[in-house]
Amino acid sequence: MNTPSQTVGPYYTIGLSRRPQNELAELNDPAATRLIGHLLDGQDDPIADGMIEAWDPAGGRWGRSGTDAEGRFSFVLTKPEALPDEAPRLDLYVFARGLLRHQLTRVYFPGEAANETDPVLSGLDEGDRATLVATEDGGALRFDIRMQGGTVFFAH
Amino acid sequence: MTAVESPIVLPDDPDFGPEVQMDYPGYRSTRLRVPKRPLVTLPEEFHALDGPVFGDDAIGELDSDLTRQHDGGPLGERIIVTGRLLDEDGRGIPNSLIEIWQANAGGRYKHEVDQHPAPLDPNFSGAGRCLTDSDGRWQFVTIKPGAYPWGNHENAWRPQHIHFSVFGRLFTERLVTQMYFPGDPLLELDPIAHAVRDPKSRELMIASFDIETTQPEWALAYKWDIVLGRGGAGTTPLENA
Repeated sequence: MNTPSQTVGPYYTIGLSRRPQNELAELNDPAATRLIGHLLDGQDDPIADGMIEAWDPAGGRWGRSGTDAEGRFSFVLTKPEALPDEAPRLDLYVFARGLLRHQLTRVYFPGEAANETDPVLSGLDEGDRATLVATEDGGALRFDIRMQGGTVFFAH
Repeated sequence: MTAVESPIVLPDDPDFGPEVQMDYPGYRSTRLRVPKRPLVTLPEEFHALDGPVFGDDAIGELDSDLTRQHDGGPLGERIIVTGRLLDEDGRGIPNSLIEIWQANAGGRYKHEVDQHPAPLDPNFSGAGRCLTDSDGRWQFVTIKPGAYPWGNHENAWRPQHIHFSVFGRLFTERLVTQMYFPGDPLLELDPIAHAVRDPKSRELMIASFDIETTQPEWALAYKWDIVLGRGGAGTTPLENA
């Protein structure tokens, strides 16, 4: 039998964000961009004690960002490579007080032709698909996560 | 054993499955945070994805000894916590990152949000990390964390616990959990532990006292093996929420 999951609780920063770990690319890489988003609860209020991990399935990169008082997280990244027959994406694990196990969502990239044929993305209806694609926002990418407000989460 | 009448701790339910109940009603913080829609199933390939690899450079020399990270020793009962990291076939997982964090002996976290009126310990930060060895073994030296009150319900106290963050090898093996101590009377009253409804599964979060590893004149030892599943089964049936 497997060891069950428990929440990270409100004090995870002691152990899990000893130093900044949110750079999947070098800041001075000309191709690097910032992915910024807000983690929001069922009343659209910010989740200020959450943590997002970004996992790059094609490139082996990994990063972690806490959320601030506005629920904001951010990563520095370059667009990931795509797995065969899939669109470029990062898997995002959401951790927070109140989440007894971490939850999985994905961020896809805007304007990618492969988004139309990606086996996961294309299997969703239009409204759900839109919750998983980042939007351009003044040179950065914007991606909000609404725990109870539409964002698609995956079994894992 | 279980306080059956309490809305905080529901009766055991082995039929629920071995995993944690995401929307366990006794844990108040779940209400506005747990996704309410059914989770979408991913193609089988997802379960074979390899996760990140962390090297020795992620680990400092004193990272696994929480009693030697400051000029003096911390107050409290010194303990050794050790075990193996295993996959679901019982094989040790080598070179895998384990991170821990915990309250001090008085039950206070070194965190600005924690306002529990117990003293901070200038000699205790409460964070550690290590890599498993070639057999999947890991070990920390620390102090036994204190129990502490929390606002979930009237007179709510968390049992003594150490938070663990574990990577394993695969995307789906990622695990964050809490290790509890044997014989803690608060365990039977704790909604976070009881969100695991199967008592046998819940026991897997409780370390055992280990006289063999206990070091004479120095420190008690607790043993706890961590078993990582590959996911895909036993996820909470959210559609019943």
